Amino acid sequence: MAKREIPEINAGSMADIAFLLLIFFLMTTTMDTDTGLARTMPPPLPPQEDAPPPIRERNVFEVLINANNQLLVEKQPMALQNLKDAAKVFIENPANLATLPEREEIEVPFFGVYPVTTKAVISLQNDRGTQYQMYLAVQNELQAAYNELRDELARRKFNTSFNELSDEQQNAIRVIYPQKISEAEPRNVGGK
Amino acid sequence: MSRFKKKKGNTSPGINTASLPDIVFMLLFFFMTTTTMKEVEMKVMIKSPEATEVTKLEKKSLVTYIYVGKPMRQYQSKFGTEPRIQLNDQFATVDDIQSYIVQERELMKESDRPLMQVSIKADYDCPMGVITDIKQALRRAQALKINYSSRATDKLAYN
Repeated sequence: MAKREIPEINAGSMADIAFLLLIFFLMTTTMDTDTGLARTMPPPLPPQEDAPPPIRERNVFEVLINANNQLLVEKQPMALQNLKDAAKVFIENPANLATLPEREEIEVPFFGVYPVTTKAVISLQNDRGTQYQMYLAVQNELQAAYNELRDELARRKFNTSFNELSDEQQNAIRVIYPQKISEAEPRNVGGK
Repeated sequence: MSRFKKKKGNTSPGINTASLPDIVFMLLFFFMTTTTMKEVEMKVMIKSPEATEVTKLEKKSLVTYIYVGKPMRQYQSKFGTEPRIQLNDQFATVDDIQSYIVQERELMKESDRPLMQVSIKADYDCPMGVITDIKQALRRAQALKINYSSRATDKLAYN
């Protein structure tokens, strides 16, 4: 009896079909993991509340951006490149100058008693005409100042980068360098 | 005598490609599961600003998006060329933001509501006036966690 052979289905084109689908998904996929600068805004002010207590001038690092994207830092014009270093000096006050924020000795886990500029605040004010990219660049530089300070301290103390520390260690460093960026109510002086 | 004798045993056997579809399908499924189809049709042009100190947005389900930019070419006759706000699929004004946030918050799980994040996706060239208005509206809506969406770069171009 002759053996009946069942013809095999040619699956050679299966790969082609699968490739076609694969390429379709490759093209349509948007692998953009969303990144950005995270900020927390203060809650809205109750209308009848008294004005917040004034902060001493040495504790405020004033950054103004005008409608022409120019920076005024502590009443001096400044280029964006220098902002990070100026902010770092302000936040840390390494030389304990009287013009920079006062250092307070507080108890910090892992560090013991450590001088911290607890009252330092960076005040950022922009004009309605400021370009968004410029505003973000300034925010970015201020963030970079904090990140670098935290990272430097992490390396000095724990010999690793800030991101590799445990949560408690990170929180201890956050106590030493709390991120305080305050944004004033907007003004419109640029006439745009 | 046959001059063209078939060489036997010397030919390398063809590589079995039967498993190729499997491999490709595996890749395919990987991309199908990781892909995020664009949920909204963009009606504004956005060229993302750049920053170096970016953080990743963790959970997509907690994030609400607000798009700001110039309307696309085909909408310019109707909406002009000034930066506009887009919420979901339509143009909106600053006054709509508060109700939009409330509505989005209602859709979230109750346990997630305090963790709600708002991502502001704005064009790099847009004036801060619009952004400030949005921020004030978000503050009024008690959506205080915001994220300025920006592309990660190694070095910032100082202008």
